[in-house]
Amino acid sequence: MSRPFMLGAVLSAGFILMALLSLIWTPYDHTGLNIPQKLLPPGGAHLLGTDHLGRDILSMVMVGSRTSLAVALVALAIGFSVGVPLGLAAAANKGNWLDEAIMRGNDIVFAFPLLVMAILITAVFGPSAVNAIIAFGLFNIPVFARVTRGAALPLWEREFIMAARVAGKAAPRVSLEHILPNILNVLIVQATVQFALGIQVEAALSFVGLGVQPPTPSLGRMLADAQTLVTLAPHLAIVPGVAIILIVLGLNLLGDGLRDILDPRLRRRPA
Amino acid sequence: MQRYIVKRLGSLLFSLLVASVVIFVVIEIAPGDPAAFMLGINAQPDTLAALRAELGLDAPKIQRYFAWIGGMLSGDFGTSYTYRTPVSDMVADRIAVSIPLAVFALLLSVLIAIPAGILAAAKRNKSADLAVLGATQMGVAVPNFWFAMMLVLVFAIKWRWFPAGGFPGWEDGLWPAIRALTLPAIALALPQAAILTRVMRSALLDVLGEDYMRTARAKGLSRRQTLWRHGLRNAMIPVLTIVGLQFSFLFAGTIIIEQVFYLPGLGRLIFQSISNRDLIVVESVVMLVVFGVIVINFVVDLAYAAVDPRLRDRT
Repeated sequence: MSRPFMLGAVLSAGFILMALLSLIWTPYDHTGLNIPQKLLPPGGAHLLGTDHLGRDILSMVMVGSRTSLAVALVALAIGFSVGVPLGLAAAANKGNWLDEAIMRGNDIVFAFPLLVMAILITAVFGPSAVNAIIAFGLFNIPVFARVTRGAALPLWEREFIMAARVAGKAAPRVSLEHILPNILNVLIVQATVQFALGIQVEAALSFVGLGVQPPTPSLGRMLADAQTLVTLAPHLAIVPGVAIILIVLGLNLLGDGLRDILDPRLRRRPA
Repeated sequence: MQRYIVKRLGSLLFSLLVASVVIFVVIEIAPGDPAAFMLGINAQPDTLAALRAELGLDAPKIQRYFAWIGGMLSGDFGTSYTYRTPVSDMVADRIAVSIPLAVFALLLSVLIAIPAGILAAAKRNKSADLAVLGATQMGVAVPNFWFAMMLVLVFAIKWRWFPAGGFPGWEDGLWPAIRALTLPAIALALPQAAILTRVMRSALLDVLGEDYMRTARAKGLSRRQTLWRHGLRNAMIPVLTIVGLQFSFLFAGTIIIEQVFYLPGLGRLIFQSISNRDLIVVESVVMLVVFGVIVINFVVDLAYAAVDPRLRDRT
């Protein structure tokens, strides 16, 4: 196992554990206001300092990571659970109207930049974490449909799939029992990529006020709050920013490592 | 090639049609009546009805859809509910910020990525390569708006080399405008440069493994000569595709970066219009952005097919 992969695994697991820990324990109450203790620099009783309302930043980062991870995870689940079946169906019916309809639909969704889609959704339904999840979930659907179709298509030419067909299994059953297990590695790698992207998307949307709403903390919201105070207390922006970078870096390294492990053919190719 | 163009043109028009219907329907189901919003809560029913008629809100939906599309095609994007000025005028001012910003960022991205990618590929698995790869991992992970805040902190507030925000306009000369766009462009370019560096590196590595490269070496060209004469030219094909696609990313990315630097671009126009519930502006500007993205992707596809004939038969 490569060193970058180990680093990625440790970083990802660390943040996930920290987010889970925040469900039962944080150093301070993340909503607890304490104005006399405001804008403390890192160190001392508040390890990462306090914000303009005297809230403990470490506690906010713990809870904020949980929100960010949850947003990214649910959006990922939407994309995966809708996109993968669509991609499987498209591959099983290559070239017919279903395949064509799915791929055209994908083109349309791809034409909307993610941010524009999020803006449209929030312009109509109002900004909220749920709408941010829907926007990113919708964006994830064609990503997974395309990757699934691309990985599944060559399999349909293989003998073991033909054997399954000859044995009388219907196309949906072949897709589920033979195609899906064989493309799962590709899908897992894609999932880590989309998960990392989800963290960044949550941050960006919450930063411009289209995502998670106060008082729920998220890493993006902490950055939005920090924008006006960054000259007074740079740590307000640096801490959540570094947290985002470490999570995304961890997930990306994890994805790269998983790709090498799950697909031995790639190991010999020039990286 | 002709058949390919016609086919791609067909799917371009289809995408535009569906995108416009989606945007129209989404804005239609948005809660709130623009006329009621403009007149406030004390509006009389007859003034409301008069305003709705003036804005064309009382016409059937299908008719309004075609009026909107027809207007957009002839350059009439409607009239802002809040400012009572033509949306096309507002857009023209804003585009003069957003497009130069995206182009500036794209240039920076290319200027960073191509040398870095060549360096990494030429020094494969040596320390320079590993350093470039490590930097690209970081570059991909850094949120551009956060990087923007850090740039402001260091280069605008501490060292005062660049303004922290705002835009003086192009009338005061080129230099102040470019200075105002420099930090935003760097922030936008960074993640794209990281991606492009990786594409450049792996494209060049693929090419370096080809038989014709060995032939060139066998003919007596030095390593450096083969790299510059044969390697780069072939590696540029995938790189240029990504450059094309990145332009649409950068164009959409300006929406967030404009918020950090208080730049009066399309992004700020969209956000202001959302908070004013000026939906005609949101509708037309979003359609314009989507139109831009679809057309850029179309042009990239055609350019790619012109360079690489194998692609025409696919899809």
